[in-house]
Amino acid sequence: MFAVAFGTAAAQKGLSLGETLGLSAFVYAGASQMVGLEIWQQVWTPSTILTIVTVTAIVNARMILLGATLQPWLKDEPLPRTALNLFLLTEAGWLVGTRYHSEGGRDVGVLLGCGIILWLVWLIATLTGFFAGALVPEPRRFGLDLVMPIFFGVMLVPLWKGTRPALPWLIAGLVSLVVHALVPGYVFIIAGALAGVATGMLIE
Amino acid sequence: MNTFGTVIASPWGSVLAIAAMTLVTFLCRIAGVVVMSRVRLTPRIERGLRALPGSIILATILPVVIDNGLPAIIALTAAIVAMAMTRIDIVGLLVGLGTLSVIRALG
Repeated sequence: MFAVAFGTAAAQKGLSLGETLGLSAFVYAGASQMVGLEIWQQVWTPSTILTIVTVTAIVNARMILLGATLQPWLKDEPLPRTALNLFLLTEAGWLVGTRYHSEGGRDVGVLLGCGIILWLVWLIATLTGFFAGALVPEPRRFGLDLVMPIFFGVMLVPLWKGTRPALPWLIAGLVSLVVHALVPGYVFIIAGALAGVATGMLIE
Repeated sequence: MNTFGTVIASPWGSVLAIAAMTLVTFLCRIAGVVVMSRVRLTPRIERGLRALPGSIILATILPVVIDNGLPAIIALTAAIVAMAMTRIDIVGLLVGLGTLSVIRALG
């Protein structure tokens, strides 16, 4: 579903099919692809490339946690397979894998197989969304220009674990609004996300 | 620098952007395993990283939604309410987009 929304949003933003599939196939991390679209340029400059890379790194920093919990399981694996496994690492695959591991399973193939299937589904869903987005004649009329923010907003709901854990989000939102009003470009995403992380680190 | 600037201003810029995004994402994916085999993540850093997904979402969408005015704010609220009630992401998305198109059709 996320990939369908991404494909639609990418088509709206004017990305080519190759660019859209390239992002899904290689970056393969939904949140950073979505945020990346917000920064996507028709004509790139060194500073816009730097911005998109920084934002991608910040958005995907949460994967450090996923990797860290997998480390005991993967430490005796051959390096190339671990590299492939980690390239395919996503929240969904991680969830299936760790559940299997906590039930006593040790076959890393489960993690890998899950990763490959999810990757294929991701590509097909991206393709579907892209054509849906590209074929709609008057996208604004159907609100498709705002697919990204609305879908992201929907994604907040399952993340909600009460008011206290959401406090960093609030700070992130406020900082981002202030920075957006004061600084041109997309620094607001970086500033807001970092403010949220800092708040998360400060509160117990 | 000048030739580099010319190259990335061409369609190759997108290829470079995707390649660079792929590289940093892969570094994030392997960082946990690589770092953990040497040091432990402190609880503080873990808390910070846990706050990241929600923070990114709000930091990204809030300015965009506010720039798009009241219809966008109402549509976003409708989408979140629908999602909270049904817990089905496609329902939330469709309610949000539907609300937005109705408001735009009326306005």
